[in-house]
Amino acid sequence: MTALIELDHISRTFETPAGVITAVDSVSLALGQGEAMCLVGESGCGKTTTGRLLTGLLRPSGGRLLYEGKDVWLTKGADLARFRRAVQLVHQDPYASLNPTRTVFQTLSAPLFRHKKASSGKQALSAVNELLTRVDLSPPENFIAKYPHQLSGGQRQRVAIARALTVDPKVIVADEAVSMVDVSIRVSLLNLLLALAKEFSVTIVLITHDLAVARYFASRGRIGVMYLGRMVELADTEALVTDPAHPYSAALIAAIPEADPDITRSKTRVELRSAEIPSLLSLPPGCTFHPRCPLAEAGLCDVLVPELLPIPGAREVACHVAVRERTSERAVVTA
Amino acid sequence: MPVLSVRDLSIDYITRRGPVHAVRDVSFELEKSETLAIIGESGSGKTTLAVGLIRLSPRGAKVTGGQILYTKNGLTTDVRTLDDDDLREYRWAEAAMVFQAALNSFNPVITIWEQFNDTARAHGMKDRHKVRDRADELLDLVHLDAKRVLPAFPHELSGGMKQRVLIALALMLEPQLIILDEPTTALDILTQRSIIDLLRQLREKLGFSMIFISHDLSIAAELADRMITMYAGRVVEEANVDDMFYRPRHPYSVGLLRAVPRVSGVLGSVASIPGSPPDLMRLPIGCSYAPRCPYAIDACRAADPPLVPVDTPRHEAACIRWKHVAEVLGSNAEVPVTEKLA
Amino acid sequence: MSAAVLSRPTMGQRLLGPWSATVGFLRLLSKRPVGLIGFIGIVFFLLLAFVAPMFVPFQNDPSLVDIYQTPSQAHPLGTDFQGKDVLNQIVFGGRDILTVAILAALLSTVIAITFGSIAATVGGKVDSTILAITDVVLTLPKLILLIAVAAIVRPTSFVFLAVILGLIQWSSLLRQIRAQVLSLKERDYVEAARSLDLGLMHIVFREILPTMRSYIAIHFIFAMTDAMYAQIFIVFLGLVPVSGSNWGIMLYFAQGQGALFFRDSIWYILSPILAITLVQLSLVSFASALEDIFNPRLRGSA
Repeated sequence: MTALIELDHISRTFETPAGVITAVDSVSLALGQGEAMCLVGESGCGKTTTGRLLTGLLRPSGGRLLYEGKDVWLTKGADLARFRRAVQLVHQDPYASLNPTRTVFQTLSAPLFRHKKASSGKQALSAVNELLTRVDLSPPENFIAKYPHQLSGGQRQRVAIARALTVDPKVIVADEAVSMVDVSIRVSLLNLLLALAKEFSVTIVLITHDLAVARYFASRGRIGVMYLGRMVELADTEALVTDPAHPYSAALIAAIPEADPDITRSKTRVELRSAEIPSLLSLPPGCTFHPRCPLAEAGLCDVLVPELLPIPGAREVACHVAVRERTSERAVVTA
Repeated sequence: MPVLSVRDLSIDYITRRGPVHAVRDVSFELEKSETLAIIGESGSGKTTLAVGLIRLSPRGAKVTGGQILYTKNGLTTDVRTLDDDDLREYRWAEAAMVFQAALNSFNPVITIWEQFNDTARAHGMKDRHKVRDRADELLDLVHLDAKRVLPAFPHELSGGMKQRVLIALALMLEPQLIILDEPTTALDILTQRSIIDLLRQLREKLGFSMIFISHDLSIAAELADRMITMYAGRVVEEANVDDMFYRPRHPYSVGLLRAVPRVSGVLGSVASIPGSPPDLMRLPIGCSYAPRCPYAIDACRAADPPLVPVDTPRHEAACIRWKHVAEVLGSNAEVPVTEKLA
Repeated sequence: MSAAVLSRPTMGQRLLGPWSATVGFLRLLSKRPVGLIGFIGIVFFLLLAFVAPMFVPFQNDPSLVDIYQTPSQAHPLGTDFQGKDVLNQIVFGGRDILTVAILAALLSTVIAITFGSIAATVGGKVDSTILAITDVVLTLPKLILLIAVAAIVRPTSFVFLAVILGLIQWSSLLRQIRAQVLSLKERDYVEAARSLDLGLMHIVFREILPTMRSYIAIHFIFAMTDAMYAQIFIVFLGLVPVSGSNWGIMLYFAQGQGALFFRDSIWYILSPILAITLVQLSLVSFASALEDIFNPRLRGSA
């Protein structure tokens, strides 16, 4: 399957008065059409920056962003415009994602007029009605003339999704799009995104720090775990949650509190050697996780940066120890 | 005698368009060393309730009825009737509140040490050396390095560290009751874990009673002995934590439990609750959850259902169809709702 | 409801407002008494300055007999040092002052918005250049500059005066507009507009500036009050050729002719002061309600 959109060893650094921060360090990720995947990680891991790099809103400092096989930052004119429309972003904060002085109709019709998908008020009205119905804001008449402050958080996110849909995107990057929405309706928003992925073959990348949300959303897809700017594991969701290969993924899964007293009170933790997260200004040498990693081997992990390598089970992990154990395991099994 | 006994507490917000009934006839009891989780979403009234318990409500809020009975050493007082001096003593020495670290709970222009000192002085501890010793002790309790933390400004600390400092501040006067507002929200997974473990440890060591409010069911699953779910200002269910998770009897509790996916174990049947919470200024007649409830019948819309005991001990639900809910769930096994409904 | 939603208001519609929009605006205003009083004051003075002169004959004949008369039925505000009716002069004296104030405020606001937005959205060298020019102008002492320019150029027509005032005033507003646009540029909805490829014009005029509507309107009003003060000031100092009679000129003569020292002539000096003050107050009171009205969330109705 050729990838629709691909990050090829992409990096992004930021200059700050205190020094240079490497927010994203040589991340590679290939996404097919209609795929629903999740990027997870804690704060500072670079997942939001990666999302922005995917949408082309941020220029990479190194590596390439490929869309339909072509390097986006080398394209110009009509091709570049086509890319911009093809990849849309849905923001985290429903209170900031819509212009407070414009009604739902104005917000949704502007891109329709701009891209000539509607040339009269009547056409725009019917297109907007259709969009609102598609994002489950029914009946649309109730929402068209409303201002953002008259809508709930979940409703605003649906309008934001509808807005992204006005340009028929091929990829939607949802950056923590359900994190600020009430717990009881998160799942309906996720279901909406999944339905869009299935019905219209839209590739959806959900960025989240909540592993439970990730597991639900990407239950038939993949999860990419990031730590301090690097992708440390990329695997099918079920494989990841039942048998995490990277010690950091294992620590996350073991640490996450669950909404089930029996399970959560009896979970065995993965003890990390240190609770301190290194500053992005001075990353540890070799594997950035080694100071905290229970499997760290001196002389290897503190010296050599682990690459994201494939291991048995159609998954990838960036860990010297894990790669070694699992490939030799498999070799032993098949022998 | 329970440490805290809240009876029919009601709190309104006075707005230009009329009163908003944020908390309506809430009653519950908290025993010594017990942990109570108050779970609700936006508009449920949980935060209003929490700040109301120590009378820290904002200007526009008014307590329109009920009692907050606090008992220590056999002596019971109604917090509502305390005068300013007694109230100051009550707050922090008896009941301390830990706010959400992510929400600017610190004065950004003073150091953590000054924060400790100000709090101590406000409650009568004038000797700087004693305060310093106490600060060292407290920071050690929460596993922070006092030498690093005290001279720092709030923005220099991570979210997890700030939350620990807030917990340390709350413990300063050895209160009997600690109220925490969303203690793990907006924190990373590993940090959440460390805060939860810390609270568990402190509770065992110091024996205080704890109330925490959250929209996050998982923290209740971790720490709570008893749980309350709130909807539209009312308590809709009250139970032991196991009963609440495995044998809920109010449709909202069921809906909430069903809406939260888990990482470990079977996913089961996860589903959102359709619709949105009601406008607190225009509450429907009858049960406020009825518009969204899959089991609602006409009788539900006639009158607001009272809290009634259900089929497990110390378990009450405000639903006239709780038996039907029990049937729908099927078994009483220790299996999560999402699996039971799958 | 669909029809109202469908119509995209044209520029003309937006400026004049159809009947229903004006009524809607007045209804919002009626809920804010201070703003309403201000609005009534503004309307009153606009009518007084621009409409009344069409109906009231201009009394320009000096009458030595009537010098410094106290207020009476014939002369409700008394007479001046030449025996001319004060009220008449008040009626005719607002036109120049208000016109200059409006024109000057318009000019400075337009300059500030245009170049402030350009500086913020385009960035880079354009931004630095505009900022440098602004900072230089900002540090020039306004009043002294005004005095110097007025003395050199000796503006005879009031339009000229308006242009001078407008050109002096824009610098602080430009900096503020630039700062606001810079911060609004980072908002999520602006980023969404960029990624939807809605175009720079749309982003500036439909996404960013509308959220600054109240800001701009309030600054326009204060630019007007500044321009009024500036005018009075230079007329009072005698830097501008004194012709005709507006409120500033009245003050000039009143002070020069010693109106302060006679009890009978107090109204000659008080009337223009009162007129100016009441106009300023009305403007400021009206401005206080604008922030509420322009913010959909604070409007208080669906």
